[in-house]
Amino acid sequence: MLPTLNGRIQTRVALLVVVGSVWTLLITPLLPTGVGLGASYGATFSVLLVVTVLGVLWELVYHGIQQFRWEKDWPTLFGLVTMVPEGLLVWFLFAGGAIPWIGSLPGWAFLVHFVTTWMWVFVIANGPIRVPFVHWRFNGGRLV
Amino acid sequence: MGQPLAPPPVAGDLSDRLVATDVWTDGMLAEHGIPVVDVPLVTFGGGIGSFVTADYLRICGVPTSAIRVLTPLETPWQSYEYLTTVSQIPRTERLRSDSASTPDNIWGFPSYALREGLQGDLKQLWNVLVEPIWANYYTPRAGAAFTAMEKEMHRIRYPEMVVRGQVRMVRRRAGGGYFTILTPPQGAAPTRRIAYRSQWVHVAVGYPGLKFLDDLQEYRKQTNDYGSVVNAYEPHEHVYEKLRAKPGVVLVRGGGIVASRVLQRLIDDRDRFRLDTQIVHLFRTYTATPHGTGILKRRKGADGWAYQGFNYPKSVWGGQLKQQVRKTEGAERARLYKEMGGTNTPVRRDWQEQLSRGRAQGWYRVMIGQIDRMTKTGELVEVAVASDQGPQLGSFDAVVDCTGLEADIREHRVLADLLDHSGAGRNPVGRLDVERTFEVRGTRNGNGRIYASGSATLGGYFPGVDTFLGLQIAAQEIADDLHAQGFGSKLGPGRSTSQWWKWFRNQQI
Repeated sequence: MLPTLNGRIQTRVALLVVVGSVWTLLITPLLPTGVGLGASYGATFSVLLVVTVLGVLWELVYHGIQQFRWEKDWPTLFGLVTMVPEGLLVWFLFAGGAIPWIGSLPGWAFLVHFVTTWMWVFVIANGPIRVPFVHWRFNGGRLV
Repeated sequence: MGQPLAPPPVAGDLSDRLVATDVWTDGMLAEHGIPVVDVPLVTFGGGIGSFVTADYLRICGVPTSAIRVLTPLETPWQSYEYLTTVSQIPRTERLRSDSASTPDNIWGFPSYALREGLQGDLKQLWNVLVEPIWANYYTPRAGAAFTAMEKEMHRIRYPEMVVRGQVRMVRRRAGGGYFTILTPPQGAAPTRRIAYRSQWVHVAVGYPGLKFLDDLQEYRKQTNDYGSVVNAYEPHEHVYEKLRAKPGVVLVRGGGIVASRVLQRLIDDRDRFRLDTQIVHLFRTYTATPHGTGILKRRKGADGWAYQGFNYPKSVWGGQLKQQVRKTEGAERARLYKEMGGTNTPVRRDWQEQLSRGRAQGWYRVMIGQIDRMTKTGELVEVAVASDQGPQLGSFDAVVDCTGLEADIREHRVLADLLDHSGAGRNPVGRLDVERTFEVRGTRNGNGRIYASGSATLGGYFPGVDTFLGLQIAAQEIADDLHAQGFGSKLGPGRSTSQWWKWFRNQQI
């Protein structure tokens, strides 16, 4: 990808809100949360919200790292491996009780939800997004 | 312009008076007997630049009847394929082009790598996932690009828009728009010229021409030997044949992609036919280490070469550098071009292996400097080099010049005519000055606009113009600007998706 800072943030927010929400809506009933559907949705959408909000901050870090690259590009693989630090941070926040409105979320449920959501966003950002948004790739990932 | 123009020497031809007149009236063409064809948009050159622009406009709903492609070419990739073939990239070899730079598909999806992956070559998909960190950049086979373009050409009914011939000039028309003068092939039309009267003109004439270095020209003039000293963009198969017939020493000059390719060919032949070809490689600028203007701007380099995946840093085609250059003017823009520029070549494992083997075994040697003069001594070429070790003299069976300099835009007759008669000017690096929309600055006439894309516009607000993706970026800017003037539909998410689906099903539009 060839993102600008603005494009990174726009793409991150748009894909998590649209693709992430649809996927969360679909997968949550299947997750081993051990609680009722309402509480499960509460937990998974909270994860999505936290990933989105923290993600904007992560994008600032990634943009900084990108400055050290001659090509000023963001290799495809980086979009995949950043899942690890981001996922760990969100998990520690949840496990450490930093998200007060969520009781608990079993590790497996979190892992499946987080990784599958990330994969959808990753795959769509690396190709299909260009189908409806033909200007996107030439505008550093900006949608508006 | 009060007095009538003198009659032209041939029916339907230009006259000196007409050529000397900047702005033409309909009446002038009538007096000259030059037939006039009306069409909203003319694109000429007819190479990949014209093709991707016509493709974009067709996808935006412009009918074939509203576009004419004026060209001497049989197919849009004819010229390009000629150049890639002689510079040692036949259809089976891979280009230096990104996976998502797909001139047959404006969306870049599915990319070439994905297409190869879907056909079972999963290695290519893995490659685009891990590049450029754990693999060299994926690049498509030349043949794959041409075959895909051929399919798209028929899908958009491109042949219906093509008119064969050579464009002589574009002139402003009194009252708005332009006349594009076409010289049809001999015998194809009753008149010597045909004028296309259009509101919009798109100029996509490709490289203005090759510039041969002075020493090469001087050698040829003095010896009349066109076979021993060649430019890599000329057909030079005879050089490889000569080296196959008997062992020889060859001098390769240049540090770009073409030098890499020529070296590969020489070494492939050396390996395949067990030859004893000795190679001397002359660099003018030797890059030993990573280089650049600061810690945030360091390009890789080693063994003489400056390494870069593509001909510009990748983000000029969409990211930070594209945005940055778009905001610059004049000297500041020229400085950025200089910073990003310089001859470079991609890192490829097979090339690295070949050259390190050559260095270790002593049949590939590097020299740093410039050629002073070349003279013919019997069957050999004697080359005097001003090297970093002082003057050197060597005798070679062949010299392959891979410096690939481009000629001044004035070398192209139509571009020279635009500069002289239609108000076009030069940008900070000396090529054709275009706006961010690729409109040729200074040529607007009433409701008419002239656009240009490709190599001739290098130095503008967008750097990567002379590439597949650059041509598509230009096409998008042009299509958006035309839409703003009421020509073609907007390519919003709905239309874009439905048109992509048509592409995917190869449905003719």
